Amino acid sequence: MIVLEKRPQPSKVWSYATPLVAVLATMFFGGVLFAILGKNPVEAIGTIFWEPLFGEFSFYYRPQLLVKGAPLVLIAIGLSLGFRAGIWNIGAEGQYIMGAIFGAGAGLAFYPLEGWYIFPIMVLAGAFGGWLWAMIPAFLKVRFGTNEILVSLMLVYVAEQMLASVSLGLLKNPEGFGFPGSRNLQSYESAHNAELIAGSGMHWGVVAAFIAVIFAYVLLNRHMLGFHIRLTGEAPRAAKFAGVNPARLILFCLGLAGALAGLAGMFEVSGPAGVVSIDFNVGYGFTAIIVAFLGRLHPVGILLAGFLMALTYIGGEIAQSQLGLPAAAIQVFQGMLLFFLLAFDLLTNFRIRAARNEVA
Amino acid sequence: MKFTSLLTSAAMVLGLATAAVAEDKTKVGFVYVGPVGDGGWTYEHDKGRLAVEAEFGDKVETVFVESVPEGPDAERVMTQMALEGADLIFTTSFGYMDPTINVAKKFPNVKFEHATGYKTADNVSVYSARFYEGRAVQGHIAGKMTKSNTIGYIGSYPIPEVIRGINSAYIHAKKVNPDVEFKIVWAYTWFDPAKEADAATVLIEQGADVILQHTDSTAPQAAAQEAGNVITFGQASDMSEYAPMPRVSSIIDNWAPYYIARTQAVMDGSWETVNTWDGIAQGMVEIGEISDAVPADVKEEALAMKAAMAAGDYHPFTGPLKKQDGSDWLAEGEVADDGTLAGMNFYVEGLEGEIPQ
Repeated sequence: MIVLEKRPQPSKVWSYATPLVAVLATMFFGGVLFAILGKNPVEAIGTIFWEPLFGEFSFYYRPQLLVKGAPLVLIAIGLSLGFRAGIWNIGAEGQYIMGAIFGAGAGLAFYPLEGWYIFPIMVLAGAFGGWLWAMIPAFLKVRFGTNEILVSLMLVYVAEQMLASVSLGLLKNPEGFGFPGSRNLQSYESAHNAELIAGSGMHWGVVAAFIAVIFAYVLLNRHMLGFHIRLTGEAPRAAKFAGVNPARLILFCLGLAGALAGLAGMFEVSGPAGVVSIDFNVGYGFTAIIVAFLGRLHPVGILLAGFLMALTYIGGEIAQSQLGLPAAAIQVFQGMLLFFLLAFDLLTNFRIRAARNEVA
Repeated sequence: MKFTSLLTSAAMVLGLATAAVAEDKTKVGFVYVGPVGDGGWTYEHDKGRLAVEAEFGDKVETVFVESVPEGPDAERVMTQMALEGADLIFTTSFGYMDPTINVAKKFPNVKFEHATGYKTADNVSVYSARFYEGRAVQGHIAGKMTKSNTIGYIGSYPIPEVIRGINSAYIHAKKVNPDVEFKIVWAYTWFDPAKEADAATVLIEQGADVILQHTDSTAPQAAAQEAGNVITFGQASDMSEYAPMPRVSSIIDNWAPYYIARTQAVMDGSWETVNTWDGIAQGMVEIGEISDAVPADVKEEALAMKAAMAAGDYHPFTGPLKKQDGSDWLAEGEVADDGTLAGMNFYVEGLEGEIPQ
C-alpha cells in the first residue's frame, strides 16, 4: 500500500526539483508519443530542444526565442504577483488585447506625423489599456465581492470582440481595399517598435521583460508590499493581523498584471505583429499562466520558463517541417509539461510512503 | 602532394555531388492556417501538395507546417522554410499577407505564392479562386429547396471574399425564390468546430433549413445532420461523407493544377509574378456532385448554370443590381469588374443586417 503523507513543511528540494523532473518526464513521455507516431523519438526531442539553440540556423532562432519569450515573461511576471497573494487573474489575454488596441490606437492617431514622443505615448497608452481592463474585475471584486477568475476570464471574450470591431472599423487601414486590419506600424517609423540592434531580436518588449523580472525580484525580496503579497498568499490570517489591506492588494496586483499584459500587447502589435487584426492574439495570456507556474512564481524561474516555452514553440515548428510531426502532437507535448509539473508538485507538499498493511 | 590533391578532388567531387543533389530537388514549402485534417480549406491545400509530390516524385521535396497563427509566428515559419532551402513557398491564408511580403524581402531568390491576398512583389505572386461562381450554384439550389424560406449563412470574417460569397448566393436564391431571407452569423474564425456547430445550431433554431458555411470544418454538417431536414453544402472540400443528406452539393477548391504548374515554373526558371484569379472555367473551382436529395429539374438547372459560367456565357454578378442602400450598382446587362469584386464591402439590395464594422 502506498500512502501520501503530508509534509510538515513544503520540501525545499522538491520545489526546485519539480520543474526539472517535469521537463525530463515530458521529454520521456513526449518521446514515447513521437515513437508511436512513427518518428524517431531521440531525433524529434533533439530537434525541438537542440535545433533552435545550436542548430545550423540558430543565428536566426536564438533572437526569435527572445521575441517569442518576452511577452510570455512580461505577462507571467504580472500574473505571478497576484497568484502569490491568491488573486487569480485568468484574463491576461484580454488585457494583452486591450493594451495592443490602446497602444496602436494612440500611435495611429498621430499618423502620418513623425515625432520622438509618439512611441512613449503608445507605451503609456498600452499599459493604461491593460490596466483599465484589469481594473474591471478588481473593482467588482473589491466593491461587490465578485469572483475575479470568472470576471477576468469572461472579459477576454469581450476584448476579442472589441478587437474584431476595431479591426473592421475604427482602426481599419483606409488603404486596405476593404480588408480588415490596421495600417502596418512597421512601416510607420515613429510608432515602430523595431529591433534595437538589427538581427538581435532585442526590441523594447524584451527590454521591458528583463526590467520586469528585476523589478519583481526587488519587490518581493526587499519591499514591504512584496512581503504583504507573500504573506497574504502563505498565511492569510497572519496577513490580516499584520494590517494588510486586502482591497488595496487586489487593486495593486490586478492593476500591475493588467498593465504588464497591456505593455506586452503594445510591444507586440507595434513590433513583431505590426497590425491590429482580428486574429492578433495567439494565446500569450493563457500560456503565460503555464509559464508563471512552471517558473514557480519566482521572477528568475519565470524568465527561464518563458524561454523554455518559447523553445518548445520554435523547436516544435522546426520538428513539424523537418520531421513532419503534426501540430497537435507538439501541443500535446506542451500540455504534458504543465500536467507533469502539477503532478510532481504533489511531492513538494507530500511524502510518498509505503505503508504496511496492519490489522485494524 | 599527391595525397592532398586526392583529398581536394575527393572533396570537390563530394561537394559537387551534394550541390547537385540539392539543386536537383526543388523544395516546396506550405504554410497552413488549420490542421491538414480539417476536411475543408487546409485539407484541399494539402491535397494540392500531395499532387505536387505525385507529379514530380523524386525531383521535389515538400514540407509543411500546420495550424500556424497569422502574424509573427507565420513570419518565423516562412523564414525557417526559406533558411532550410525552400525554393517555393505557398502561404495559404489571407492573414499571411504582410508576413509573406516581409520574408520575401529577405529572401529575393525564394519564390512566394500567397493565397487570397492582394500584395505582390518581384518574388511574390497571389492566387485565389472565384468561389463566388460556386456560391451562385449553391444559392440557386438553396432558393429552390428551402421550405421555411430562411437560409442560414455562417460567415468567417467580414472580408471581401466572404461578402462576395454571401451576395452571390443571395442573388441567385432570390432569383428563384423572391420570399427567401438570409440570416448571417459571423464566427470570426476559419476553423473552430465548436463555434461553427454552435452557429449552425442557432441558425437552425431560428428556422433555417439550409445552412451555407464559409468556415472550414465539417461541424456545421454534423449539426445539420443531427437536426434533420436541413441541407448543407460542402465548403472548400467535397465533404462527401455527409452526402446525400444533409450535404447536397459542395464547392471544391482544386489547387493541384496551379501548384503543379507553379512548381514546374520554378524548375524551368520561368516563374514570374502573377495575379491569378481562376474559377470554374479553369477548374480551380469545382462543384461537388449534386446528390439525389435535390430534385432532378433543380439539379439540371444548377448544372446548366455551371456550364454557362464555365463557357464564359454567364457572370454571377450581372445587372440590374442595386446595393443594400438602394443605390444603383450595375445597370441592365452590365457585369461587375474584378476591381469592385476584389474589394467588395457592401451587401446587395434585399440582404438584411449590416456588415460588421
